[in-house]
Amino acid sequence: MRLRGSPLVMTLYLLFLLVPIYWLVNMSLKTNAEITSTFTLLPSNLTFRNYAVILTDPSWYMGYVNSIIYVVMNTVISITVALPAAYAFSRYSFMGDKHLFFWLLTNRMSPPAVFALPFFQLYSSVGLFDTHIAVALAHCLFNVPLAVWILEGFMRGVPKEIDETAYIDGYSFPRFFVKIFMPLIASGIGVAAFFCFMFSWVELLLSRTLTSVNAKPIAATMTRTVSASGMDWGVLAAAGVLTIIPGALVIYFVRNYIAKGFALGRV
Amino acid sequence: MEKTLNNKAWFLVLPVLVIVAFSAIVPLMTVVNYAVNDTFGNNEFFWVGLEWFEEMVTSDRLHEALGRQILFSAIILAIEVPLGIYIALNMPKRGFWASLCLVLMALPLLIPFNVVGTIWQIFGRVDIGLLGRYLAEFGFDYNYTNDPLDAWITVIVMDVWHWTSLVALLCYAGLQSIPNAYYQAAKVDQASRWAVFRYIELPKMAGVLLIAVLLRFMDSFMIYTEPFVVTGGGPGNSTTFLSIDLVKMAIGQFDLGPAAAFSIMYFLVILLVSWIFYTVMTNLDKEEGK
Amino acid sequence: MAQITLKNLAHSYLAHPRGEQDFALKAMDHVWQDGGAYALLGSSGCGKTTLLNIISGLLRPSQGRVLFGDRDVTDAETAERNIAQVFQFPVVYDTMTLRDNLAFPLRNRGKDTAYIARRVEQIARMIGMEAILDRKARGLTADAKQKISLGRGMVREDVNAILFDEPLTVIDPHMKWELRTQLKRLHREFGHTMIYVTHDQTEALTFADKVVVMYDGRVVQMGTPEELFETPAHTFVGYFIGSPGMNLLPAEIRGNTAHLGGASVPLDAAYGPVPGRAQIGIRPEYAVLTEGDGLPISIRRVEDVGRHRIVRGEVAGHGVNVIAPEGMPIGPALTHVRFTPDRINVYADDWRVAPAKGIR
Repeated sequence: MRLRGSPLVMTLYLLFLLVPIYWLVNMSLKTNAEITSTFTLLPSNLTFRNYAVILTDPSWYMGYVNSIIYVVMNTVISITVALPAAYAFSRYSFMGDKHLFFWLLTNRMSPPAVFALPFFQLYSSVGLFDTHIAVALAHCLFNVPLAVWILEGFMRGVPKEIDETAYIDGYSFPRFFVKIFMPLIASGIGVAAFFCFMFSWVELLLSRTLTSVNAKPIAATMTRTVSASGMDWGVLAAAGVLTIIPGALVIYFVRNYIAKGFALGRV
Repeated sequence: MEKTLNNKAWFLVLPVLVIVAFSAIVPLMTVVNYAVNDTFGNNEFFWVGLEWFEEMVTSDRLHEALGRQILFSAIILAIEVPLGIYIALNMPKRGFWASLCLVLMALPLLIPFNVVGTIWQIFGRVDIGLLGRYLAEFGFDYNYTNDPLDAWITVIVMDVWHWTSLVALLCYAGLQSIPNAYYQAAKVDQASRWAVFRYIELPKMAGVLLIAVLLRFMDSFMIYTEPFVVTGGGPGNSTTFLSIDLVKMAIGQFDLGPAAAFSIMYFLVILLVSWIFYTVMTNLDKEEGK
Repeated sequence: MAQITLKNLAHSYLAHPRGEQDFALKAMDHVWQDGGAYALLGSSGCGKTTLLNIISGLLRPSQGRVLFGDRDVTDAETAERNIAQVFQFPVVYDTMTLRDNLAFPLRNRGKDTAYIARRVEQIARMIGMEAILDRKARGLTADAKQKISLGRGMVREDVNAILFDEPLTVIDPHMKWELRTQLKRLHREFGHTMIYVTHDQTEALTFADKVVVMYDGRVVQMGTPEELFETPAHTFVGYFIGSPGMNLLPAEIRGNTAHLGGASVPLDAAYGPVPGRAQIGIRPEYAVLTEGDGLPISIRRVEDVGRHRIVRGEVAGHGVNVIAPEGMPIGPALTHVRFTPDRINVYADDWRVAPAKGIR
């Protein structure tokens, strides 16, 4: 019954979103000669060389592996610590809860640029520089507050009577939490994990500052190659396309929860 | 929901505190330390008090970066919020097309920031980019590396491309929560399209819209990677926003003291704005729950 | 105001319905009198809301026409039909004051300010909210919000009909009674055609002059509460109306006698040959326990509901309920049940059959 939208508007908007991506994909399938010398809307000389370069050179593909390692580590850490905290915020009032919640949120809002240098020094001094865990911990700065926020929104939607019933039925807190409560907010956990993944995956400033060789993320590998090897546009485009794929896969799996998730469970 | 008073809940929050303390408080203390000291290297510091702050508060460089930053945030909010609402209103409601739109719209959000920059850097180039090439062909004198206005337009269009979907998805979520009966009642009451928007859709979107504005304001206020990749802050300093300037100062020139003072003020501004949003939002939540 | 005519109306939510089972609303012809108070009664999923939405124009029927008076409105928009509708869950415009909420339908139709102010005051008094007219609707309780919705439904005087879709679901029981009485009074006062959808028989029977019972996408009977009680046209009506519902027993009908297993029950009129599956129906109110007259019954249980007692028993392997007056002793001597002959209805394949000569 809702008033119908206009397909024309949507088509135009989606075109606006997709054309730049299309151009990147298009370029990744061309040879450098074709990119720089002729201007073609479709690759006239379809080549997968650019992808082959990336997938056979460890200094390229290890970038993806590194990114995925720290992103997964960060997601696991963030969700694990955020779950009990979000539960506490959604169920109890305690001394300083409001201030604490606000302070957490400010961390989500604080500019990574402010933290880049201190992080560098802090992690260097404790010997964590250029490790995956360093980046994973640094990204907790904005992902933990976000996860707490999202999860709290979802938990608020679960009636308190469920907790009470479980206690009456003789469940201990940890058992209740894992066996009953977590399945109830499974979609919330999924959404929170998705956002942790997303923000950790797209962030560059901190991950670049905190790594040099061993844990260097793909995004940083890309920037360096741009300046060093002159203009290998084809490989650059292919690398870009490959960074889009994990995100696209993750979106596909959570597509039905995206909208609610972006609203931080507050709809 | 009524919450029980329970100070033991602190134990549940403890892990978060430890993690965030390690990744926020300790570094922040380092920043404060720099902000009030000067150094000639070798880890020797001497106390300078608020000198760096004074220098920063009066520096033209900071004022200009701040001005550009505010202008940028204002422009992208003015474009992305109405556009996002408009797109949300036009999205299909359910079924295959709705899922497809959701997935495609979320796509730009999942692209690493520097790749977003790279995409637009390439897309806008006159020699190899689709956009730049066609603009040139139609007689526009477009070159984002030379012309400050072109650079600004490129950065803004890029941000709109990157983030409008976020606003749209939020609004869409708000719209989806409106029961059908509201639209039916509006029909029966002979409400105009505008009245439906004004009295049914907008009030239901208010909460999520506030989140959208908050996120967009904050993220645009600390934008770094995307414009840096596209323009490098140039031409000249025309697209040097606060974060770019800060990184230039701290890592490029290693002016730790001024950079730290700058950071702290930057942080305080953000803190202030967050607090205002947070207060408004919790009040709104309370009213909803009445 | 107008008489509403449904001509060969049917609706399916599928684009290409393949058979009768795909229709949420099966073909029907009905006339709703101008100024009548109708209740549309049925269990959930029987098509009542579908029918209501077709009348109000929120749904376009797959086939057939809808006429208001002589005007064919099948393809007319809701707004053109000039009806009011109140929904199951309260619809209020949260950011408006109560006053603006009530005035909204009038303003949209360009009525003049003085009239609107007067009318809003009047309606506010009726729903008992004149004191808080200037507060915002946000944050009111569900029943207050529903009262606003009701008020908005009644604020226009010139509507063709007012439709109610289970409007009292969210209201407290004691408020329900009060609001229903008010609706009834309003109906008498202004004479609007009112159609009231509900699944609650008490609500339907107390509100309406005519109750329309729906079952499985069909209108099975349209009649006064008394007709529904005395001569249910369909076994569903017999079962749905009354508490407990009508007793139904399979029987063989020959002339003016019904044969059940070995026993026979006298009827007060002669019936022609009954096609299909034959049943007799008797209200528990019209069954009497006796010490030897009628059919043998084995009593299973007696429930005291205050005004009377419900005796649950079994006749020839079929459950039978009997209502016994308070104070009547129920002992082992009561072994039989007698059905009052002129209260027995005969059904063939669930539809009522009239006696052969049309006399009782």
